[in-house]
Amino acid sequence: MLRVNEGIDPLLRRPFSICGTTDGEIALILYKIAGHGTEILSGKKAGEKLSVMGPLGQGFTLPGQNEKAVLVAGGIGIAPLYFLACALKDNQMEFMSGFDTSGNIISPEKIAGRSINISIATDDGSEGYSGMVTGLLDEYLDKNIYEKDSIIIYACGPSAMLKKVSSIAACREIPCQVSMEALMACGLGACQGCAVKVFPQNDLTLYRHVCKDGPVFPAHIIDWGAI
Amino acid sequence: MNRSPDLRVTLGPLEMKNPVMTASGTFGYGCEFESLVDLNLLGGIVVKGLSLKPMAGNPVPRIAETPAGMLNAIGLANIGVNEFIEKKLPWLRGIDTSVIVNIYGHSTDEYEDLAKAFKGVEGVAALEVNISCPNVEMGGMVFGKDPALSARVTERVVKNTDKPVIVKLTPNVTDIGALARAVEESGADIISLINTLTGMAIDIERRRPKLANVSGGLSGPAIKPVALYQVWQAVNSVKIPVIGIGGIIDYRDALEFLIAGAKAVQVGTANFVNPRATMDIIEGLKGYCIEKGIDDINRIIGSLNI
Repeated sequence: MLRVNEGIDPLLRRPFSICGTTDGEIALILYKIAGHGTEILSGKKAGEKLSVMGPLGQGFTLPGQNEKAVLVAGGIGIAPLYFLACALKDNQMEFMSGFDTSGNIISPEKIAGRSINISIATDDGSEGYSGMVTGLLDEYLDKNIYEKDSIIIYACGPSAMLKKVSSIAACREIPCQVSMEALMACGLGACQGCAVKVFPQNDLTLYRHVCKDGPVFPAHIIDWGAI
Repeated sequence: MNRSPDLRVTLGPLEMKNPVMTASGTFGYGCEFESLVDLNLLGGIVVKGLSLKPMAGNPVPRIAETPAGMLNAIGLANIGVNEFIEKKLPWLRGIDTSVIVNIYGHSTDEYEDLAKAFKGVEGVAALEVNISCPNVEMGGMVFGKDPALSARVTERVVKNTDKPVIVKLTPNVTDIGALARAVEESGADIISLINTLTGMAIDIERRRPKLANVSGGLSGPAIKPVALYQVWQAVNSVKIPVIGIGGIIDYRDALEFLIAGAKAVQVGTANFVNPRATMDIIEGLKGYCIEKGIDDINRIIGSLNI
């Protein structure tokens, strides 16, 4: 949870994913200007200090030794997946990332310096696969032979995209983890503002909280109909 | 003078080590803040509002940021009174602070049952009766807007508890003084105010309310002047102690409420922005007293010059 300004404008902290670390310290956070908070953030100069509270919540569960990881990013959702990709040293990996157009492609590997092969999809076909990244995922799974229990999908992006990825994974019976986003106030599970509706598991809880229980959830527990 | 000032306050039957508490709904059950806050330093912890049965809360989105504030329509999501007593309270007993339980019922009978549920239960310093939540259909503010109903709920709780009773008032009324007096006459030991102000926000792209619940409760610095005025009115309307709540971010805000006559304050939305806001405010109050040569915080309370 990052405070873009001291004072009361804007009042609340903003949740961000960690995109990269150096020697255990957060080194890279990606953002796009989406509102007042990120606009202020874009005006920060090198060397300025910001208050950060974290890391918070539950991250991705790493794949088993012989599991292949398929990373599916939508837009700025690439941030935590790049971080995950850097942690996957010994696993086979396929990384795909979707953007609306070639001019908006975000390349963390160019900033962070660690080169990772990322397949690009653009909605307007201006670069890479023409269409949504979920189309690229479908195509990839059609073309490649895999064992259902030797592959895992990791996704981060807009809710509609996560919903689609989750449905693809469910149809093909592939395990899937999604990193979700929500409006958030405390980041500690206290305010219960960032609730996400789930299919009740053993504890019968109807809502979980993106800040504390997430942001990463097994895709199959999310009630996508409510999103 | 460098001696640490005396911050202890007495609110009728409730004694606290200092006047700074957390506001219900903004501090979970306390444990959420354990790693960030030395909870033993706090005057009191008011836990998330509890109902007889667990409540899932409202659909999402539940919050929206507004200028210098936020709207929430959480809908009193909580684990229910039994699970609280079984799972959260034993841990809270180990903390050296006044644990105050906020209760919320759908009917006067439920308020009575909630009061009974805590009868003889150790480690609860007081009950705070929530008759002011704007985000639930039944109960809550429905009671709190009507002095007669507020009085009835208060009476039922007072009759069925062995704990001090705080009644938390809504600001969404025309005459806060009348409401405060009604609650006082029904036996409340303490009054706390204000709960959130009802408000709304609209997404102009989608032309839809920003909250799934359409309306929500406004909190944060934006409401402080309104809160302060209502607290001052309440202080002048009743003899029982008043706890000031509403938009307190730092010790200066807390001082305004104390000077207006509040015996203690609750810090809410500030906990989201700065989890250590309560600790910082306690330190700030100490510093202010030392700077002004005041040895007892009670000398500040109600010291407003008009």
